[in-house]
Amino acid sequence: MRGSLRNPVWFAIGILQPVLYLALFGPLLAPVTRSPGFPPGDGWQVLVPGLLVQLVLFSSIGVGYQLMAEYRSGVLERMRVTPTSRAALLLGRVLRDIVVLVAQAGVLIVIAIPFGLRASTSGVLLGLALLAMTSGALSAAAQAMTLLLKDENQLTAVTNTLTAPLLLLSGVLLPMSLAPGWLHALSRLNPLAHTVDAMRALFLGHFADPAVPTGVVVVVLATMLAIGWGTRTFQRLNA
Amino acid sequence: MIKARGLARRFASRQGVVDAVRGVDLDVAPGELVGFLGPNGAGKTTTLRMLATLLRPTEGEAVVAGHNLRTDPVGVRRRIGYVAQTGGTDAGHTVEEELVTQGRLYRMTKADCRSMAADLSARLDLDGIVGRQVHTLSGGQRRRLDIAMGLIHSPRLVFLDEPTAALDPQSRANLWEHIRCLRAEHGLTVFLTTHYLDEADALCDRVLVIDEGRIVAQGSPEELKRSVSGDTVTMTVLDRARVPEASRIAERTCGGIQLRVQDTTVVFRVGRSDAALPVLLGALHDAGVQLAAVAVQRPTLDDVFLTLTGHSLRDEEN
Repeated sequence: MRGSLRNPVWFAIGILQPVLYLALFGPLLAPVTRSPGFPPGDGWQVLVPGLLVQLVLFSSIGVGYQLMAEYRSGVLERMRVTPTSRAALLLGRVLRDIVVLVAQAGVLIVIAIPFGLRASTSGVLLGLALLAMTSGALSAAAQAMTLLLKDENQLTAVTNTLTAPLLLLSGVLLPMSLAPGWLHALSRLNPLAHTVDAMRALFLGHFADPAVPTGVVVVVLATMLAIGWGTRTFQRLNA
Repeated sequence: MIKARGLARRFASRQGVVDAVRGVDLDVAPGELVGFLGPNGAGKTTTLRMLATLLRPTEGEAVVAGHNLRTDPVGVRRRIGYVAQTGGTDAGHTVEEELVTQGRLYRMTKADCRSMAADLSARLDLDGIVGRQVHTLSGGQRRRLDIAMGLIHSPRLVFLDEPTAALDPQSRANLWEHIRCLRAEHGLTVFLTTHYLDEADALCDRVLVIDEGRIVAQGSPEELKRSVSGDTVTMTVLDRARVPEASRIAERTCGGIQLRVQDTTVVFRVGRSDAALPVLLGALHDAGVQLAAVAVQRPTLDDVFLTLTGHSLRDEEN
């Protein structure tokens, strides 16, 4: 956490990419909003929740490399030799990632307002809570994967293989409601797709939309699974 | 403080099975400074990592600082300090931040962490640099910080893995002095590994010699050197014609172990040169054999290692 505060550059770089999407991709959405199958809301209300989920996904890639560096430098081992519980070693890092991500997301939402984003305040706050959990789940999963692979090259290979389908099947940039039936069905297997749908409904203030409870249930389950997996990986590190 | 029986560790990988440690028994008493001496790959670090709960033994039992390694690893962790070979500090943090964070991991209060950090910084000559980031420290300073990190919670037992590897001679001597002081002032039990003979010799009360995953000898550096090799006596005879007589006298008075003659020089080993030399010199004088020179070389731990294992410690370094 202290490292994150000391390096505000990374914080800014993390936001730079979604801001570029706002500026350079956002305008392309306006004509698409008139297409049949486009969900309710204007382009910004669809794009910004998507960009936030994309930010979570891309941030989680960095988590793995950061942990890998701690593994290589002996920092992790020095912590493992203390009585600190293995779950705490995982959750401390998860919470750090959540704090950084929520701060970045907040800044991105504020930047999106002059572009034309109009959203329900309570919806945005609930959306951020959902986003924080998603970030925690991905952080825990990234840590577990890193400690299983213990190799930067393998980590890159696995990350690249996983990120592409997760991103393409999430409807981050263009909603999945535009997709043909088989693609839409495939996207339902992706937890991130449910997060995006729930976030879009929340931004519109449609709290009764079935996408909201579905998204919450999916994210809560994914977070529990990921934290369980991460804790077990930390515990088994000395086997 | 440590009691281990039959500790063994096997690593299985795609390349095959490696028995890194093959049944180690060891006992370390409170307040002892014990060194684990062996070449790279002998199983020193693996044993240390097992004793420090970082690696689960495949076989064997150990009680470390009063707690069973298998059934109560958390109890062990609370009471030991462990300083890894590579250290474990985060380059971007300051010395004080690292010390306080480490203390927090032992659930010490922030105030306790700060006072311990100040105390240890003073004792380990870090007090001028507590505000500096770790990556700006010299090798010796960083090593002293590593040791301070391992002592933040006042453990009774500390493991040091190759504490002076890659340090210059001055920093090494300085670190030895600090380790001796910590032991003397706080009754700390120190268990360290080293592949430097001079380090084991200069620092340790007792040395355990490990090779290929087994302890092959143990004792004080003096005992080890005395029991295994004895001193080497080299004498140069003035008159070439008297060399055979000189070797006969050496054989008669000193036993003539590993005696060899090279030109006018006679070399042999003897258990206690301080007692044997006066007898030898008297006999040579009585026989009228004159020496040009006589030299005695005390055995080194390398001689011990060579005698015990059939290969030199330095083989590994080449």
